[in-house]
Amino acid sequence: MKINGYLRADGRKGIRNVIVVGHLVECARHVATEIVQPFRDQGVHLIGFPGCFPNEYADKVMRQICTHPNVGGALMVSLGCEGFDRNGLREHVRDSGRPSETVIIQETGGTEKSVEAGRAWVEKTLAEIADVPRAEMGIDELVVGTICGGSDGTSGLTANPGIGRAFDKFIDAGAACVFEETGELIGCEHHMAARAATPELADEIISSVAKAAEYYRVLGHGSFAPGNADGGLTTLEEKSMGAYAKSGASTIDGLIKPGDVPPGGGLYLLDVVPDGEVRFGFPNISDNAEIVELMACGAHINLFATGRGSVVGSAISPLIKVCANPETFRRMTDDMDVDAGRVLEGRGDLDEIGQEIYDLTLRVAAGEKTKSEAMGHQEFILTYKSFDPIGPSCLPGSA
Amino acid sequence: MSDAKPSGGNIDRRVLFLNADDNVGVACTDLAAGTALGIDGNSVTLPGNVELGHKLARSALAEGDKIIKWGAEIGSVTQAVPVGGHVHLHNMKSDYIPTYTFEEGQRFVAGEE
Repeated sequence: MKINGYLRADGRKGIRNVIVVGHLVECARHVATEIVQPFRDQGVHLIGFPGCFPNEYADKVMRQICTHPNVGGALMVSLGCEGFDRNGLREHVRDSGRPSETVIIQETGGTEKSVEAGRAWVEKTLAEIADVPRAEMGIDELVVGTICGGSDGTSGLTANPGIGRAFDKFIDAGAACVFEETGELIGCEHHMAARAATPELADEIISSVAKAAEYYRVLGHGSFAPGNADGGLTTLEEKSMGAYAKSGASTIDGLIKPGDVPPGGGLYLLDVVPDGEVRFGFPNISDNAEIVELMACGAHINLFATGRGSVVGSAISPLIKVCANPETFRRMTDDMDVDAGRVLEGRGDLDEIGQEIYDLTLRVAAGEKTKSEAMGHQEFILTYKSFDPIGPSCLPGSA
Repeated sequence: MSDAKPSGGNIDRRVLFLNADDNVGVACTDLAAGTALGIDGNSVTLPGNVELGHKLARSALAEGDKIIKWGAEIGSVTQAVPVGGHVHLHNMKSDYIPTYTFEEGQRFVAGEE
């Protein structure tokens, strides 16, 4: 399977070539939405940040998203008085070799003039990026993320271990794979630590899970409660292992935070729980917030395990939905890419599911559309957070 | 977790072994006491009911044995379990020892393992 990537000026390669239109405050969202409307089938995706006040994390994520290898150009829509560093973002995108512009609604003369100006820029830029250089892309240049959402008792039995097996194959082939949500990994930290590339990284992993446990405790959130015994789960570590199974069995090469791009192939744990005091509420208010963070770490494609049946997709990076529950798959077939739950009905085994996920991921990298992508799902959400930079022990391989 | 392998020699698809090293399997359907189940090539008569999603012993388990699922330890046996027996709250317990403990003010504090 040959992946004909889009070669960016910074040397990274993308599997898609989209234009992002982003509102820099909720007040600019309508204008941004209207700009995208006529181009919604031409790879023009709506992104944005709703807040009026500046936030370093949001700034970093927007910069990483707008220079993501799947992105060919970026138009930002500003009301004019919000706190976002719009000039810094535009220059950052231009410095990456991509076309970028800002429409400032207050200066342009209101809604209609801004929509018109934005659409004109998108039209011009679509033509401009149509002949972006192409280059063959190896599996070792792919970044693949994983997340679960709408989980049920089957998630840990079929979809998550299936994704873990696919991850092992990708890592063997040199790709970078990213898993996350330390809040769901409480009880697994010693297993993770035992898989860490160095003892110092093991300590960082244990600390990150302790941080998550404390954060969720302050929020009064139940991630620390023992698993639901009715479904057959007996211990906390068993409950967490079900989610952890997505990570496969490879060595853990690093711990990263949103916006950090893995320095090379291998397996990385993404710490999505903010540092410091609990300030902005729940770490991730919905699944797409985590998907956005995986993309900010460079994920070209994300593997999404669901049992109850999520329908979401994503802007920028295709989402492959791996359905854990065979009944959900039958009910929502049009939304699901992989029927992992068939294992529970004696049709196939986990190794076959892992291979199917791996093969499909490569076809999607080569251009095949996922179910959510073909239906036009382009969810995107970014909210307030704050992080300290990762320490030197977090990426031992790149020292 | 050690290497992820298929479910050993097991071909009875009513029970799922998530990893070759596991000493428990997961029931893929509600299994009644007396059911003859194929485990690693042997026919095992289940001593009790095992509901969908619940665990059953792949071999006889003794008190103190670690329970292995997904190739990882998820707790230990508190009371001997015969082959095919239901493994749950009545005969296993968590071994999870956090590196942080509740102390005054109900905060997690980094501590000794």
